[in-house]
Amino acid sequence: MANSSTAHGDNYLNHSHGLKSWLFTLDHKRIGLMYLFVILAMFLMGGVFALLVRWELFAPGMQFFSSPNTYNQAFTYHGAIMVFMVVIPLIPAAIGNFVLPMQIGAKDVAFPRWNLVSYYVYLFGLIVAASTLFINKVDTGWTFYAPYSIRTGTSATLVLLGAFIMGFSSILTGLNFIVSIHKLRAPGLTWDRLPLFLWALYATSIVQVLATPVLAITLLLLILERTIGIGIFDPKLGGDPVLFQHFFWFYSHPAVYIMVLPAMGVISDIIPTFSRKPIFGYKAIAAATFGIALVAFVVWGHHMFVSGQSEFANFVFSFLTMLVAVPTGVKVFSWLATMYKGSLRMDTPMLYAFGFLFVFTIGGLTGVFLAVVSVDVHLTATYFVVAHFHYVMVGGTLLAFLAGLHYWFPKFCGKMYNEGTSKVAAWLIMVGFNVTFFPQFILGVLGMPRRYADYLPQFEQLNRISTIGSWFLGVGFVIVAWNLAKALKYGEKSGPNPWGALTLEWQTPSPPPHENFLKEPVVTEGPYEYRGEKALMGSNA
Amino acid sequence: MAHGTGAVSHLERHHAHHFKNGHEEFEACKQGMWIFLVTEVLFFSGMFVAYAVLRVFYPDMMHDVHHHKILDWRMGALNTVVLITSSWTMARAVSSSQRGEHKNTVGFLWATLLLAGVFLVVKYFEYSHKIHEHILPGAQYAYEGLTTAKVPIFMSVYFVMTGIHGLHVVIGMGIIYYLIRRANRNEFGPKYFTPVEITGLYWHFVDLVWIYLFPLLYLVG
Ligand code: HEM
Ligand SMILES: [Cu+2]
Repeated sequence: MANSSTAHGDNYLNHSHGLKSWLFTLDHKRIGLMYLFVILAMFLMGGVFALLVRWELFAPGMQFFSSPNTYNQAFTYHGAIMVFMVVIPLIPAAIGNFVLPMQIGAKDVAFPRWNLVSYYVYLFGLIVAASTLFINKVDTGWTFYAPYSIRTGTSATLVLLGAFIMGFSSILTGLNFIVSIHKLRAPGLTWDRLPLFLWALYATSIVQVLATPVLAITLLLLILERTIGIGIFDPKLGGDPVLFQHFFWFYSHPAVYIMVLPAMGVISDIIPTFSRKPIFGYKAIAAATFGIALVAFVVWGHHMFVSGQSEFANFVFSFLTMLVAVPTGVKVFSWLATMYKGSLRMDTPMLYAFGFLFVFTIGGLTGVFLAVVSVDVHLTATYFVVAHFHYVMVGGTLLAFLAGLHYWFPKFCGKMYNEGTSKVAAWLIMVGFNVTFFPQFILGVLGMPRRYADYLPQFEQLNRISTIGSWFLGVGFVIVAWNLAKALKYGEKSGPNPWGALTLEWQTPSPPPHENFLKEPVVTEGPYEYRGEKALMGSNA
Repeated sequence: MAHGTGAVSHLERHHAHHFKNGHEEFEACKQGMWIFLVTEVLFFSGMFVAYAVLRVFYPDMMHDVHHHKILDWRMGALNTVVLITSSWTMARAVSSSQRGEHKNTVGFLWATLLLAGVFLVVKYFEYSHKIHEHILPGAQYAYEGLTTAKVPIFMSVYFVMTGIHGLHVVIGMGIIYYLIRRANRNEFGPKYFTPVEITGLYWHFVDLVWIYLFPLLYLVG
């Protein structure tokens, strides 16, 4: 019966039992956790490849890999796994699935069945792509540039097919989120009371829905190119490899905002909560979110400044790219203004949020350097670009994910982790991150090209530092995993609302009941109406 | 709760429990389908862009195709008529289901299915003729009647676009058949016709794509 979940002590974890009750669940919370589990497993795998790549680069000459080609395979899997299987679904599919219906005060997403389908589609695509590890390893890099990706004698077709399949999952999740936000909001939850995390997921979903189909057709055409030789991208048959680049980046640039918009959403929820102040510039942040999403579609050419596209195109893309910095700046300053004169609480989520602000800003600003054509001609395809996108993807998305994970963890399981340990891990990760990637900016400026197994002796010192940094990062993640796993078992009860937050997901027990709320919530004010220290007492909990 | 346990007549059907009422569910499903169609537009747009780029690169490609009658415009025109008619029957099926005219719903759904079948038969004749003559995509092309370098690329565009469109027709037929079975169990009526309505949207979209494909591939020289 529908209201069986109101029985006291019943929650979504003990509502039904057994493996089958998870595998066939339609509960968005369980689906979110299943995503989280698989994505973290893939993160481990991608991480191992990363450590191997760094090991290889510890010194000039070959260290770990038997040949430069195996090195190429390792960075291809590292990149493809991290981009398509980890960073893109990380926040929306895992955390978003859990949190979105609760923040709108609903029982589930609009289409629970499609939500589960989306999960299995993702899993299936993942298996198809990862199976190539055991067949014939792919060496194209995650960008699959033609014509090399057409000719390489590896099982690239399967990886392309896997990414193609995973795209459907991304589309379905986005579609589900958009409809949920439109149709399932609780009474009183008007658009101007929507938490900024939801504005971010909403904009992300729109980008997912609009950009992913273009990736789908691109990959499909490339698969057909490899299998029957259709000649659309293959110069030998009269096709145009630069057309592939246009198609690919038409998706993959918006994809970087699929990665970072939800991260910004997490930060927008955390900062007011831990500053005990209403968010500064609510409307400006929501509008900037859409500004970024919009501009994201018209800047792809900045990946192609040296592809031979016209000077005029270079000029236009350069200009438009720099525009992205405006809404991004609006957000950063709004966050800073929110903290100004607030009573800050430096719990782990807030610590990561600080890390995000620091690191992501460096990532974004170096993006503006790269948007200047004359600078990019020097820096493109060097380690500067590698450093740039790791600063935004790891320093941005991953740190925000960790912030969100530590923020919502008590909601997921009703337990609290050890704050001391999680802070140590946070520092290790943030310091390790900068030690790993900052030297890569310098290496790039000095001219070290990306994607080679070997390098000139003068780059050794900085590469060494970078590799050592990667070990700190690795250790940091292990500690996070250990700390949270331990908390699952031994953690103290967290109570429904340990942070005194005001959004709806905190106004219900932890772990939440099967249908999220004991009675349908009614919203009477905005999500960040903190009034100094008073709210800390949990007046709303 | 009788969900999913055999036939549920439209009179006793409940909406899914996380919706407030049947109307909300209907609105959500409809919006979902519209968003899905937007993704479809973008999916096809990739091919339309490829088509446009190749035309600009190789202006005489289209001329050759046209001049040598690689495609038979009469077949394309026939299929255009067939699909437009099927759009009409589909629209009638939707309105019949809304009014609870059970017999008409089933009848018009069958008519739509049949017309979709006719479309595929015509397509089959076109394809088999091309395969027979080796008028094939890209590297597979081996037609002796015309050996300019660019026609093979045109054939790639032709086969990919019409192939993916054809796949949409096949999927649509599967869904329409599923609707017929549900309609036979009297599941649709004024209170519940969501699946018919949103399938209708999908089907009109499939037609619309063809309405663009036909002139661009068969007529423009
Ligand atoms: C202010 C914001 C940003 C600007 C102006 C910017 C600009 C650029 C430019 C110009 C490039 C091309 C460099 C080259 O290949 O020569 C680039 C590369 C890249 N950016 Fe950004 N970016 C920004 C934010 C982001 C964000 C938020 C992400 C991801 C979360 C991201 C991910 C990437 C990736 C993955 C690449 C390189 C891909 C590759 O070549 O393998 N960027 N960025
Ligand atoms: Cu970009």
